[in-house]
Amino acid sequence: MTAAVEIDHLTVQFGLFTAVKDVSLQIRQGEFFSFLGPSGCGKTTILRAISGFQDPTQGVIRIGGQDMSGIGPNQRPTALIFQNLALFPLMTVSENIGYGLRVRGVPKADRDRKVDELLNLIALSDQGHKKIEELSGGQKQRVAIARALAVEPKVLLLDEPLSALDLKLRQHMRNELRAIQRRVGVTFIYITHDQGEALTMSDRIAVMNRGKIEQVGNGRDVYEHPQTSFVASFVGENNGFSGTITKISGDQAEIETSVGRLVGLNKKSLAVGTKATLFIRPEAMQFGAQGENNLSGTAADAAYEGMTTHLTMKAHDGSSIVATLTGAPAREFPPQGSSVSFAFATRDALILPA
Amino acid sequence: MSSKTVMNVMLAFYMAIFFGFLFGPLIVMGVSAFNTSTYPQVYPIEGLTLSWFDKLLNDRDMVYGLKNSLWIGMWVVVLSVPLGLAAAMMMSQIYSKARSFYYVIVVSPVLTPGVIIGISTVVFWRDLTTATNSKFLYDGVFMAVLGQSSFISAYCMLMFMSRLNRFDRAQEEAGLDLGASQTQVFFHILLPFLRPAIFSSAVLAFLSSFENYNTTTFAILADKTLTTVLAGRVRQGTTPAISALAVLIIAVTIVGAIIYEIVKRREDRERQARLDAAHAAELRELESIEKATHHA
Amino acid sequence: MLSSTGHPFIFLLPVIAIAIFWVMAKFEPKPVGVTKKSFFERNGTPVAIYLIAAVAFWSLFMIVLPQLFMVEMSFRPKLPPIEMGGPKDLYTFENYHYFIYGSTTSSDAINWVHIKAFFLTIFASLLVAIFNFALCYPLAFYMAQVARPARVRFLLLLLIAPYWVNEILRAFAFRIIFSSGGLINKILLGMGWVDQPIDFIGNDIALYAGLGYAYMLMMIFSLYNAIETLDHAQIEAARDLGAPWWHIHAFIVIPFAKPGIASGCTLVFMLSAGSLAAPLVLGGPRSLWFTPILYDRFFQAFNWPQGAAYAFILLLACVSFVLLVLRLGRLSLGEIAK
Repeated sequence: MTAAVEIDHLTVQFGLFTAVKDVSLQIRQGEFFSFLGPSGCGKTTILRAISGFQDPTQGVIRIGGQDMSGIGPNQRPTALIFQNLALFPLMTVSENIGYGLRVRGVPKADRDRKVDELLNLIALSDQGHKKIEELSGGQKQRVAIARALAVEPKVLLLDEPLSALDLKLRQHMRNELRAIQRRVGVTFIYITHDQGEALTMSDRIAVMNRGKIEQVGNGRDVYEHPQTSFVASFVGENNGFSGTITKISGDQAEIETSVGRLVGLNKKSLAVGTKATLFIRPEAMQFGAQGENNLSGTAADAAYEGMTTHLTMKAHDGSSIVATLTGAPAREFPPQGSSVSFAFATRDALILPA
Repeated sequence: MSSKTVMNVMLAFYMAIFFGFLFGPLIVMGVSAFNTSTYPQVYPIEGLTLSWFDKLLNDRDMVYGLKNSLWIGMWVVVLSVPLGLAAAMMMSQIYSKARSFYYVIVVSPVLTPGVIIGISTVVFWRDLTTATNSKFLYDGVFMAVLGQSSFISAYCMLMFMSRLNRFDRAQEEAGLDLGASQTQVFFHILLPFLRPAIFSSAVLAFLSSFENYNTTTFAILADKTLTTVLAGRVRQGTTPAISALAVLIIAVTIVGAIIYEIVKRREDRERQARLDAAHAAELRELESIEKATHHA
Repeated sequence: MLSSTGHPFIFLLPVIAIAIFWVMAKFEPKPVGVTKKSFFERNGTPVAIYLIAAVAFWSLFMIVLPQLFMVEMSFRPKLPPIEMGGPKDLYTFENYHYFIYGSTTSSDAINWVHIKAFFLTIFASLLVAIFNFALCYPLAFYMAQVARPARVRFLLLLLIAPYWVNEILRAFAFRIIFSSGGLINKILLGMGWVDQPIDFIGNDIALYAGLGYAYMLMMIFSLYNAIETLDHAQIEAARDLGAPWWHIHAFIVIPFAKPGIASGCTLVFMLSAGSLAAPLVLGGPRSLWFTPILYDRFFQAFNWPQGAAYAFILLLACVSFVLLVLRLGRLSLGEIAK
């Protein structure tokens, strides 16, 4: 089946700066796909390249199998939701939603019908006459989506649309967006720097850093099986210990770090002598018992967050190590400055190239 | 007396003198319009009358001049607003090395004395119409419109430039993304955004044209406008009919200003109502989310 | 002696300038990755045509070409229409000669009347600008930094109101006051300070007063706009550090407001120097103001080339003034043209 969007060796350069370096991937029809990465990683540039506002320096973008080179944004089967929504302030809600149809010459009756359908979809059925200024943040978001869906795009592109909303609303909108996407079945391409968003909403995620794709996979893949150090530390919280590999045995490896010798899974089959980092998630860190790998230091901080508590230990080399515990044991955390130790199992630790 | 009080007294004194200087002559003129004496004066008041207003409205030249001024003003608006808009849009798109050169040229009419604009307009069109055999264009009204528009377009351009600076380019992109052509974006999105600037530059253009003398007096050739008739009358001899004209103009402007203030206040109120509605909607939204999560 | 067939050449000048820029733009190396859309693509064809046509018409046919034609005419002799373009129509300096020597041929006498009028105009306009600055600065400062917003709006309204009345009428108002039977003379006579009414109009005092009055609004707005952008915290900080008020104005406010001062003074100077209405209405029989003389060259002497020459002299004076102000204040044109 043809991919909804195919990005084929895309490179985008601005003068001496390369924003996107040789990115290739395929996005499936009907998928909710996210690009996740810090500011400046190139995700916005890719989005603009797909929507037609940025010409590739090299490479090709295909939508529905068709090469988009030289085709302008007003002729591509894409619709973009801008970060600041860019709703037309001088038009009403209905006029905004119907704008794409209006410029395509759709007759008024058909237009009105489609607009009403969409108003129902976004639960604003009786608000069509209102001006944009009168709407709440969540309502504006929904109007932006309806406006984009009105032109029946093959691909809907969303540029960090939730970043301006406050927390509770943001979480609510995440669910809404996902629900809308499932109902309508259009391919969504979403960019964000918030990995919580990416993980909850997406079918697959592409983690990006400095113009390159670090890893593509679903939420489980990028969280539990990161392929690079960047992914391991960017997605979720992680403790990283850098060092050199000293011994390999089977799928495990021993790494000499500044807090001692540690053993973890060597899924990437790195050779002895390679500079690598061992990652262990805070929630996999055990407190109060001995384990396969042990770390000692002094108690630094206990941050109580209700359901979880984050215990921070200062290791001998000065670095901080975090263990996240659910439940009550915080009461038992020794006072600041006293000796404590953490432990973790080898099979919970991943060794990745430095 | 503290130094602050001294300052306040000095300030009040200064303001009194300043505004006295500013308004004094006009008040004098205004009062003289009602004085029966044939020579405009304020003191002594020989009697009160409205006859000067009557004489003014019956002054055929004045009325003809007024009609011409209104006609020219209208054409100046029709010409200057589109020219100003085009020049403003061009400013951001012109080849960067040519930009300062371009800027000097389009701003120069503002800095050029009006008489020179009037003279150069007449000289140019006289020669051009003679050479191209289109003498019918060599007409007072035509050249007054062109001469005035040369600097009034610059005023309009400056107003459009500041409004354009505030335009959110994302809207243009949104329009394109939805399938609009560049032409459609211009008419559906950009022009509505510019409407306040279009309106205010039109008003500015009309008023500037109406009261213009320096350029018009050269460009109008043998024809007349209100200001040229006025200048002629004042040179010949003075009657309070002229003061009456001033009173009328002031009255019209005051009425205009009041209307403007009323309309503006109403728009502000409506806008505030919309923003209040948005705020209320935000609160309701948060409430419903809270409720939903609680029951979940 | 060149035959004055300069017109086609004048048309060529701007065309050549545009062609040069166009070629430069075409061959400019483009930075990598920047999406370069053509002008017609960016605006859509109808709008692009409108932009080019409008800007070309305005800049060429309403600004540049008329000025060039006027300057060209100033170098032509005064000829009746039949003889124009004929053998006698040669480029000449005779109009400028007239300005200095009072005649197109002999250099015996010096045209004191016109020369005096010219320099008097320049000098008086300068004084008017300075006077306006001194008069308006306190109010502009007050409105920009001290007064509350509501009061500022009120004051602005108060300031604009008089200027809706035409400049001729405003000059006329001054005439009423300054005439021999006018208010000022009546007060002077009534108070016993003089025996006979003073001829303010004849000795130009009315004219200078009228000019000082006419362009105050320009000065106020320029100053207000400039001072308003000054961060009030700077003044407070200076006061905190113990600076006296005159120090604050001289070393903080005025240097900051330089562009506004420059633009205000330039505008007032040029409006005064080029003023026609006020001198016509308020000038006495012996008044020496340059622009009415210019007016006469056209409408009384019917000598258009000479009028063009005088106009060009006035233009040069204004341009020199602007350049001088820009140079002295180390400013650029963009800063003062607001």
